[in-house]
Amino acid sequence: MANDTSLERAAGAIVGVDVGGTFTDLVELDPATGRVRLAKVPSTLDNQAFGVLNALKHAGCDLAALDLIVHGTTTTTNAVLERKLSRTGLITTRGFRDVLELGRRTRPQAYGMKGEFTPLIPRDLRIEVPERMDSAGEVVTALDEDAVRAAGQRLLDMGCEAVVVHFLHSYANPSHELRAAEVLRSLWPNDYITVGHALLSESREFERGVTAAVNASVQPIIDRYIRRLTQELKNGGYHSDILVMNGNGGMVSAGRVALEAAKTVMSGPASGVMAAAYTGRKAGLPNLITYDMGGTSTDVALIRNAEPTVSNEIEIEYAMPIHVPMVDVRTVGAGGGSIARVNPAGLLEVGPESAGATPGPICYGRGGTEPTISDANLVLGRLDPSKFTGHTGVTVEHVRHIFEAELGAPLGVDATEAAAAVIRLGNMKMAGAIRMVSVSLGADPRDFALFAFGGAGPLHASALARELGIPRVLVPSRPGITNAIGCVVADLRHDFVRTLNAPLDTLDLTRLHGVFAEQAAEGEALIAAERITLRETRHLYSVDMQFIGQTHLLRVPLPGPDVSRKTLQQLFETAYFNRFRVQLDNIRANLVNVNCSVIGTRAELDLSTLIDPAERRETLAEAELSRRPVYFDGWHDTPVYWRDHLPTGFTLDGPAIVTQMDTTVLIEPGDRATGDANGNILIEIGGAA
Amino acid sequence: MTLDPITLSVIQAGLQQVCDEMDLSFSRAAFSPVIAEANDRSDGIYAAEDGALIAQGAGGLPVFVGTMQYSTATLVSMIASGKAAKPRPGDIYIVNDPYLGGTHLMDVRFARPFYRNGEIWCWLSNTGHWPDTGGAVPGGFSASATSVEQEGLRLPPVRLFKQGELDPEIYAIITSNIRVADQRIGDVKAQAAALLVGEERLNELLDRYGDETVRAAIAELRNRATIQMRAFLSEIPEGTYEATAWVDSDGVVNEPLAIRLSVAKIDDGLTFDFTGSSAPCAGPMNSVRATTLSSVYLAMRHIFPEVPMNAGAFAPLTITGIEGTFLDAQYPRPVSGCAAEVSQRIAEAVFAALVPALPDRITAAPAGTSGNFALGGHDPARGRDFVMYQLSGGGYGGNADHDGLANGCSTIGISKAPPIEIMEQAFPVLYRHYALHEGSGGAGEHRGGFGLDYELELRRGSARASFVMDHGRFGPQGVLGGRDGTPNQVTVWQSGQPHTPAHLSKEQDIPLAPGDRVHVRTPGGGGYGDPMKRAPEAVLEDVRLERYTPEQAEALFGVALIGTPPRIDPDRTAALRG
Repeated sequence: MANDTSLERAAGAIVGVDVGGTFTDLVELDPATGRVRLAKVPSTLDNQAFGVLNALKHAGCDLAALDLIVHGTTTTTNAVLERKLSRTGLITTRGFRDVLELGRRTRPQAYGMKGEFTPLIPRDLRIEVPERMDSAGEVVTALDEDAVRAAGQRLLDMGCEAVVVHFLHSYANPSHELRAAEVLRSLWPNDYITVGHALLSESREFERGVTAAVNASVQPIIDRYIRRLTQELKNGGYHSDILVMNGNGGMVSAGRVALEAAKTVMSGPASGVMAAAYTGRKAGLPNLITYDMGGTSTDVALIRNAEPTVSNEIEIEYAMPIHVPMVDVRTVGAGGGSIARVNPAGLLEVGPESAGATPGPICYGRGGTEPTISDANLVLGRLDPSKFTGHTGVTVEHVRHIFEAELGAPLGVDATEAAAAVIRLGNMKMAGAIRMVSVSLGADPRDFALFAFGGAGPLHASALARELGIPRVLVPSRPGITNAIGCVVADLRHDFVRTLNAPLDTLDLTRLHGVFAEQAAEGEALIAAERITLRETRHLYSVDMQFIGQTHLLRVPLPGPDVSRKTLQQLFETAYFNRFRVQLDNIRANLVNVNCSVIGTRAELDLSTLIDPAERRETLAEAELSRRPVYFDGWHDTPVYWRDHLPTGFTLDGPAIVTQMDTTVLIEPGDRATGDANGNILIEIGGAA
Repeated sequence: MTLDPITLSVIQAGLQQVCDEMDLSFSRAAFSPVIAEANDRSDGIYAAEDGALIAQGAGGLPVFVGTMQYSTATLVSMIASGKAAKPRPGDIYIVNDPYLGGTHLMDVRFARPFYRNGEIWCWLSNTGHWPDTGGAVPGGFSASATSVEQEGLRLPPVRLFKQGELDPEIYAIITSNIRVADQRIGDVKAQAAALLVGEERLNELLDRYGDETVRAAIAELRNRATIQMRAFLSEIPEGTYEATAWVDSDGVVNEPLAIRLSVAKIDDGLTFDFTGSSAPCAGPMNSVRATTLSSVYLAMRHIFPEVPMNAGAFAPLTITGIEGTFLDAQYPRPVSGCAAEVSQRIAEAVFAALVPALPDRITAAPAGTSGNFALGGHDPARGRDFVMYQLSGGGYGGNADHDGLANGCSTIGISKAPPIEIMEQAFPVLYRHYALHEGSGGAGEHRGGFGLDYELELRRGSARASFVMDHGRFGPQGVLGGRDGTPNQVTVWQSGQPHTPAHLSKEQDIPLAPGDRVHVRTPGGGGYGDPMKRAPEAVLEDVRLERYTPEQAEALFGVALIGTPPRIDPDRTAALRG
């Protein structure tokens, strides 16, 4: 394939490459020919560029022939979670340097009085200067510019590379922050100066300050990384654009990415959700709950009308709010590595402890000794025993023995029943967690389809769907590289939030319409500056509202920017009732935030070739690899199919297993699976003849 | 019916899910920030015959562990004896009487009978903290009340909803007696809707697994929780453990109140004997029976977070000796301090008694006060009255693993503090600073966490400041050789003159004029272990970050520093540490 380059140049292939915690995934799609290249190589977390180049090499991509590379990176996410940050200083209002450390007065867990918290910027690098605004944006104390200069110099002397200027009430009047930044620019040796109001112009000093501190402290890291990657790709012959995924599921050009570095945090999960939205829309299933089950945790998100839910109030870990718009991906602490135990009361428990990646489940052969969900799948024949016994040195008998001793004996059952109980309870808890996510977002899971991906998602999806009353499951053609596919299909996206905070009955509608117009124009300009071919540009308008006296907000999507007062009131009341089933007639509403997203949609891509059509067989029988006993409510002789060989438009009834490069799809007895034109598997729960 | 343990686990998870969804529904729909943001609420399922706790939402405010089973039990017995109206399907009782299994008046309980085939199968109940229930001061925390009537409207169990419909007459009585009444309907509807969600989900659970199976599972889960609690208690060596915790004063009479606790480990249970604790007090620092019991359960759950919440888990815990003390106050003793302050001191007594037995699990005393500061006044710029509340955290106790957390929330809560910017938007105040209370962490091998130090100024109009806090006289206790944390300090600056409340962190209606200031420094946590054993590098780091002064490093930790930037002076340190 590698020598057939003439065709590629003409067509302009697109590469999506996503660096995850374990693997770097790549997909190359040639829209003209439908040709697909895939790669999965180990991630190189110290310098992710090695893994990216390695993936390109493995897939056989010709760098000179590529038209576009879209890159998802965990560089900033890892830096924040592991606190491997660049040395960053804070200049803030006198009296308030500890805001970043005091937080909002909580503790990490409801029960247990232990807990630790490490602020992003240590206390000695947080310097106060005289200045003060009040909540109306009136100056109470003038900015002491000499103090700013001295603070900047001191931070440089202490080895800071980036700096945050974060003043109280800067959302109401940013002039002090802007002036301080100007003063700093005269002495700061680089561009790594973040002002608090720039990413988030909302009140709440802790959240805004943390968001700014995250931005500043990852800015040099992502900047250096992208520069290095760009150079390496250039050396390899690549001469086109690089786009980088943001946490909102949109892309931004490599040249701009460092400006708003905080927006790249959590971009990996966001690309998976974008791929789900795209795939679901093409499959005629625009309402999805995404379910990405990995080893230690499971990510869940909600997609309505092919639009992922986006939130600007995400807290990525305890006391770490990053308030920039992000796809609202909720992490549930259960995965294949969740440990099963019998507690002192003689009851089975699954999780919350996890065997993690090391030692991992017993069947990984890395020294794990406690039974996990993955091990239960092995015992029940749901995972292929030959895959494990081959190279890990762990036999199914060994795992069965542990199940027998650790769980079976105290529960009074055999190893098989113990494993089935682990799966049943694990699924139930996961279903409960998914239910809580959807209910908290105001959705009834029964109105959605379940989009299953990740290594273990398709193995549990049918059981979860049954538990949740979800009628169907969608398994995309390449569940293991969904994030990379998300890069390929993602749109350009810019989100804007402006706080108005006015009662609806006295709100200046002209002002509201004006804000929408400004936001749309700004987004259009940013998108026009990118050299990407677009199919269309869409605008999403919404407002965040509340009843006066409330503190939490409800997002109300609007049909367009020109809304009347009456429409706003009606849409809010309807949204409120739908969410809370409470009708409040005599209480006035407040309009808090005005939101606009400008989305540049790229050309449609045909994903049907992600599974090579030439690999498809004519009949199911030809796609069958083998049969093996699999336990459901008893042992069933179960056919195992190779995914790539399944005939187009196949139909099969469970029990069945479909296996592919990096995942296993379980079709339970009573369910019916069909193949659609795009290469997805659709499982109808209870749909078997 | 005997059930296999797997079905039991599945039903346990199912019951938990029902309660968690009630919690979620209540918070999301609630109107007042106390419930919606601070999660000052709880939901659960209670036995039809005796109100015993079957399951409770994991997200409930910790202080409500076990409390609603007492209010439900009282309701059940009042119905049986004809003191409360007979229930019908769709009814919801409202009750906030502290002496009928409650806490303070602001915690308003709803209880809804859950019917299956025409019979009451169990009760669904929830509690929400209402921002106001009338009484002498907005918000209900009066530092100088001497009877419950001054604290607010007291409701016996009456049916606020009758067969699904809100009774407008009872509701009118309530709204005529509370402040900001027009917004309360939002909380009432949210509280009722949460019970309805619970009813729907519980019906689904019963339909799926069968009424008799679930009934049998509930009984068995109760047994198993007892077994599990006993298994945890086996970590405690046989013996008797004693501690005393002090409440500064009651707000009226300036005398300390003692909580004397003797915990006996006998067989596989624990007896908590409070004999010798102070008599009921004149001011609002009394506790009622339900709150006292629940505070012990809360403390045990902080020690053993793994224990499931149902009545069986409490069975091995016997609580005695509270009769005739301020921990079992009777009508008409004022009680507004019970849930917010006394409960935390009871928990501290439990921690302090048991820490020698469970040194790896228990921390030194946390700040242990809700830091309740209220400012009520008139804002001429907006032409209206206002009431502002500031609840604050403090330092947590050092523990076997690490130093205490700075500015943690109260032991009995899990709520967020409001941002300064939001406070300044809503009220005519300007904060001068909001900072770590330097030096406040109790010295120890693992020191206590630092409290909060804030000061605010009234910008215009006039206002009155009230404080119902504690730990102003006695700092949170250090353990195993650790020192106490710095006590709470409240200073009010009137026309440039400092005023310290006679009760240190309790006083009502201190007048403020524009420019007057309120300065609060909340307690640091107690230290854990001998401070002379703290790593000198850790002491140096604390000094470098200006958490302690070099003088404190010497005096408290025996670590001498020299030079700029400071470094450890090994010889003098060795001499100081002997």
